[in-house]
Amino acid sequence: MAILGAINPMLTVGLEGGDKTWHLDDYGKRGGYSALKRILAEKIPPEQVTNEVKKSVLRGRGGAGFPTGLKWSFMPKEYKGDTYIVCNSDEGEPGTFKDRDILLFNPHSVIEGMIIAGYAMGVGTGYNYIHGEIWEVYKRFEEALDEARAAGFLGKNILGSGFNFELFAHHGYGAYICGEETALLESIEGKKGQPRYKPPFPASFGLYGKPTTINNTETFGAVPFIMNLGADTYLEAGKANNGGTKLFSVSGHVNKPGNYEVPLGTPFSTLLEMAGGMRGGRKLKGCIPGGSSSPVVPGDIMMDCTMDYDSISKAGSMLGSGAVIVMDETTCMVKALERLSFFYYEESCGQCTPCREGTNWMYKIVHRIENGQGRPDDLDLLGSVTTNIMGRTICALGDAASMPVQSFIKHFRDEFAYHIEHKKCLVPLDVQRAGSGFFKATV
Amino acid sequence: MLTPESLKKIDREIAKYPADQKQSAVMAALAIAQEEQGWLSSEAIECVANYLGMAPIAAYEVASFYNMYDLKPVGKYKLTVCTNLPCMLSGGVDAGEYLKSKLGVGFNETTPDGKITLKEGECMGACGDAPVMLVNNRRMCSTMLPEQIDKLLAELE
Amino acid sequence: MLEIEIDGKQVQVPPGSTIMDAAQLVGAYIPHFCYHKKLSIAANCRMCLVQVEKAPKPLPACATPVSNGMKVFTHSELAVTAQKGVMEFLLINHPLDCPICDQGGECQLQDLAVGYGGGASRYQEAKRVVFHKDVGPLVSMQEMTRCIHCTRCVRFGQEIAGVMELGMANRNMHSEIQTFVGRTVDSELSGNMIDLCPVGALTSRPFRYSARSWELSRRKSVSPHDSLGSNLTVQVKNNRVMRVLPRENEDVNECWISDKDRFSYEGLNSAERLQKPMIRVDGALREVDWSVALDYVSHALKDVAKTHGGEAIASLASPGSTLEELYLLQKLTRALGSGSVDFRPRRRDFSTDGKRAGTPWLGLKLAEIKDLDSALVVGSFLRKDHPLFAQRLRQLAKKSGKVSLISVAGDDPLINLFAQITVSPSDLSVALGAVLKAVAQLKSVAVPMGLESIEPCASSKAIAASLLEGEGGTNKRAIFLGNVAEQSAQAAQLHVLASELARLTGATFGFIGEAANSVGGYVAQALPTALNAYEMFAQPRQAYILLGVEPELDCHNPQQAVAALKQAALVVMLSPFKSQAALDYADVLLPTTPFTETSGTFINTEGRVQGFNGVCRPLGDARPAWKVLRVLGNVLALSGFDFDSSEQVRDAIISSESHFAGGLDNALNGVSISLGATANGLQRIADVPIYFADALVRRGLALQQTQDALVPAVRMSAATLAQSGIAAGSQVRVKQGPGESLLLVKADENVPAGCVRVAAAHASTAALGDMFGSIIVERA
Ligand SMILES: Cc1cc2nc3c(=O)[nH]c(=O)nc-3n(C[C@H](O)[C@H](O)[C@H](O)COP(=O)(O)O)c2cc1C
Ligand code: SF4
Ligand code: FES
Repeated sequence: MAILGAINPMLTVGLEGGDKTWHLDDYGKRGGYSALKRILAEKIPPEQVTNEVKKSVLRGRGGAGFPTGLKWSFMPKEYKGDTYIVCNSDEGEPGTFKDRDILLFNPHSVIEGMIIAGYAMGVGTGYNYIHGEIWEVYKRFEEALDEARAAGFLGKNILGSGFNFELFAHHGYGAYICGEETALLESIEGKKGQPRYKPPFPASFGLYGKPTTINNTETFGAVPFIMNLGADTYLEAGKANNGGTKLFSVSGHVNKPGNYEVPLGTPFSTLLEMAGGMRGGRKLKGCIPGGSSSPVVPGDIMMDCTMDYDSISKAGSMLGSGAVIVMDETTCMVKALERLSFFYYEESCGQCTPCREGTNWMYKIVHRIENGQGRPDDLDLLGSVTTNIMGRTICALGDAASMPVQSFIKHFRDEFAYHIEHKKCLVPLDVQRAGSGFFKATV
Repeated sequence: MLTPESLKKIDREIAKYPADQKQSAVMAALAIAQEEQGWLSSEAIECVANYLGMAPIAAYEVASFYNMYDLKPVGKYKLTVCTNLPCMLSGGVDAGEYLKSKLGVGFNETTPDGKITLKEGECMGACGDAPVMLVNNRRMCSTMLPEQIDKLLAELE
Repeated sequence: MLEIEIDGKQVQVPPGSTIMDAAQLVGAYIPHFCYHKKLSIAANCRMCLVQVEKAPKPLPACATPVSNGMKVFTHSELAVTAQKGVMEFLLINHPLDCPICDQGGECQLQDLAVGYGGGASRYQEAKRVVFHKDVGPLVSMQEMTRCIHCTRCVRFGQEIAGVMELGMANRNMHSEIQTFVGRTVDSELSGNMIDLCPVGALTSRPFRYSARSWELSRRKSVSPHDSLGSNLTVQVKNNRVMRVLPRENEDVNECWISDKDRFSYEGLNSAERLQKPMIRVDGALREVDWSVALDYVSHALKDVAKTHGGEAIASLASPGSTLEELYLLQKLTRALGSGSVDFRPRRRDFSTDGKRAGTPWLGLKLAEIKDLDSALVVGSFLRKDHPLFAQRLRQLAKKSGKVSLISVAGDDPLINLFAQITVSPSDLSVALGAVLKAVAQLKSVAVPMGLESIEPCASSKAIAASLLEGEGGTNKRAIFLGNVAEQSAQAAQLHVLASELARLTGATFGFIGEAANSVGGYVAQALPTALNAYEMFAQPRQAYILLGVEPELDCHNPQQAVAALKQAALVVMLSPFKSQAALDYADVLLPTTPFTETSGTFINTEGRVQGFNGVCRPLGDARPAWKVLRVLGNVLALSGFDFDSSEQVRDAIISSESHFAGGLDNALNGVSISLGATANGLQRIADVPIYFADALVRRGLALQQTQDALVPAVRMSAATLAQSGIAAGSQVRVKQGPGESLLLVKADENVPAGCVRVAAAHASTAALGDMFGSIIVERA
């Protein structure tokens, strides 16, 4: 069980039972499905549901942080024919592992959230696209769906309300790009996960060309709580313009890596404490606060940040998916960037020229530097390659691949220069090795 | 080509999508075919394509795009180790090296006895449990320090 | 209309237009690779990035819809920097060896690199290498390292050819265009991918490295291969045709041509080209001078006419002959006292002759097809008979037009059909009659006489309904009779049924037409007043004049034709080629020129008059057939044969001003509906394989190596095979009349019950009889 702590939590309340308390009746005991029941019983008008979500200032937890209620209101009202909602559980952003735990330990919160969303937008069918590598989560979600169907929360005429909604799980098979919403739609359609150019946006041309709304797992999971607590209480749980609590996935050089649910606006230092502090009491060198695509922030600056969209962007990065990757002084920043660059090159879908060619070029250069083949002008070249990629591709992977390169060089330029000049790491190899703590078990 | 059981599983997936959107089941169908046969031969891919009424090359595009499909035969067990940054910081790369030396093969290679194929993986969305590795695309193993790795290898018969 | 500004120029565009559309209106060129006006938008090459006021980033012109008041800058610094950045990425992994690339000189990447490429490459890493692939004799994929991943070829297959043969496998920089596990590309339109490929990745295999683009002179021409009359650009080097490309004409072939049009040119220089006149002297054919040959012919013809009467002479022309040739041949024949002249060798039923109100044609303009709401095609192997006509129907079906097909084989036309009925050739008129009856019933009007006994099936009712939809309103509907319908023994019945169906539904109807001058032959009056193309062999003549036909392959009943030719005292053959068969029956061989070496006129299926000039000098002593016929007329001292140019001949037929032939009319007088009893016994279905359809394609080397050129097998459904006690895959003896052939038999569920599919136009079946009708199949 990797939900290790929380401050006045919602999504993770009462999950201590881990693998034993995910079932529908456990969820019921936690107040589950009461929001849905109330909405259907009191025949609350759909637009009122959407407005409630708007008021809560729930911002998308998938990375872009787009206001959820607003997104819902983009769906055409009197549309003849099928429309869809899709849950994005293709959690592939390095450092992010919150959706997996939500689906493992609290799948019904997402199911209820999606049913409510379906009701609010008058949508009859939903799909949950689940990351390929987490098979047991996919299985778990399918079981949960069966429970919900059996209980009459899914299917025709739900709880006698006349509202119909079906929900299915779609299993990915290993492609980070399918986290991008339009690539995900292509993938559900049985094609390569290649993002679509927008416009048209999914709200007008989505799954099978029909109006579609895509939200992240955590976003849907928050909806029942908003409906229960009321928008204002939910909003107050966080801070202005940053409604509610958020799950942060803390990984890297900390003593207790795991998920932590805290109100938006919680100081980073507090979160770090909850995660057991720095491994071996070492010093924070840098932190990637929002998943690998967000720019790295030097340790000292990070220590002054609070964990919310605005504060982090002030620090020159992004809250993104809330994946906090912690790096202490045993980290070789060149090696760290090399691995990330490899990832983006490997995961580029390959359709856009700048991303297909550029991600590979960047990796090759960083790889050379890491392996003592660096050239003096490489850093400037890297910089210029990133500017030739950013903002010129169909989807944001191009930008996602460029931002780490830019920020690592910006904040740790000396370390890169040292590498190029001395053809070796600034941080001695044995120190790096000790940092991972892998071999301490054997030595 | 595929067993009736597999075809039944595929039918169950097809049922999730609109009647005129059978192709949506191609990812699941390929996964099912691979589970049955160990890897995806072009015959298997074509069989899936025909079953879903799509062009074989369209099914091949999918099979070659997603990481977890194996277009070449693999060992009885496929071990995929995540070496991405968050895991690397907690020993993902070291775990890979450890496995290489124990098995005497590199990434994308199979042990001479055909038992284990070692692969380098991308983020599995389990960074908190690093080092993590995946057995045959299905079983996720957490905090794989040396002794856990030894235990796993002993257990894989 | 939206008002926008591009590079300071105001322009009005309809809503839904993209910046690229708008730019083309004002003539502002925006560099691009993946964009193509006939293909869906991919927006993947990113070359067309432009600056849009208020947009933080450059936007792809090909995919960005214009909005009112938009200000676009295609060459601002922001735009050009973005374009240059993309160009650098395109080039880092692209070989920089243009001088040795087959595309060199006509490469969009090369052209743009000049304008947008940087000087020295900043890319110091190893370049990508992509393995070459073999996808058949037409398209070369030898240099896939040059691919820039624009996916035009993939989209062409999916959207235009109707079959996805190429795909982009893998991802990231390892993305690779390929077929499924090394299969061949078999689409009859595949060559267009070569034109679409902006670089030297997909090239023409026959043309590869045979010439550099700047060595070629480009000449206009018109395709002789089907009734569409695709406009061609023929490229010539040292008086030899090196390559054939489409010449864009939106109303005819759009920007496409079929592989038949594109690759048949190899036949122009075939070893079988006839280069000197030949005369049979004591049994053997000898080369002689033109004067000798023509003298001989005129005497021989006069003799026959004197001793046996003019009617002892018969003339048969290929429907692919030029208007001028057809006109002079019928004039010559009639002057010799014979009314036995025809240009329809594959026809069987001529009972509409003399009953037609005018010249049979398509019934509407090709360009009007896209506006149809429903269409019914009767008796056609659509894709193989009419590749681009079928393509137009494919697009129609895509945008929700209801296209139905009633034919004799269930082959997939790669068209999203509304309904398909497949019947034995002997039931074709019954099937069409059923639709007619269903229409009458739906409209509750009297059922036309002769249809009492038929019971319309569900499909015929559905088709009837589709043809009635929006009747009287603005809905456009059409009925098309294909080659099978015209070759069938029921041609007249199908014609009258279709016209009746058109009358009741308010649809137009017409004939797709088999060959380049299927309409022109009527205009040229190359029609019998005595024996028609079938009778002239059924009742053997003393003398035959053959123009461009190879009767053993081109006639409805080759067995009968060859027998008649063998017994004749005189067979004069005007042809660009000498076939083995001809050496056997011809007494005089006069070398005439193919379409590339003569001027002439084709009138296509919509009545469009398309004149063309020769693109190179005649090979050897070959001469344009119109000249040969004219001189022959002179030598025979016949009046009205003094023409100095093919234009003068044309003017004698139609005025030089007319772009469309007059007198086009499909109406019939005095043919009534009477459905014959359905035949019993095995029925033959003869398709004309696409690459054996005329003398020129038969000799196209590359075309002859395609899947479509394999020796045709005998095809029957498993059930029919079982009834005949024959095992699939075995050798069978196929018999019609006195002739027989030994062939392999294949099971094919697309063949209707009780039928046997045995191709015509192929040497292996030349010994057989009628294309349709009874046939015997025995174990060999
Ligand atoms: C390359 C790329 C990867 C992405 N990966 C994910 C992901 O794994 N999970 C996710 O929820 N959103 C991901 N997104 C964001 C989605 O495109 C989309 O914005 C989000 O799912 C919307 O849900 P939300 O509004 O609830 O955040 C990704 C975007 C990009 C460009
Ligand atoms: S930016 Fe990269 S990943 Fe995104 S669509 Fe383009 S090529 Fe694919
Ligand atoms: S032409 Fe617009 S992106 Fe290729």
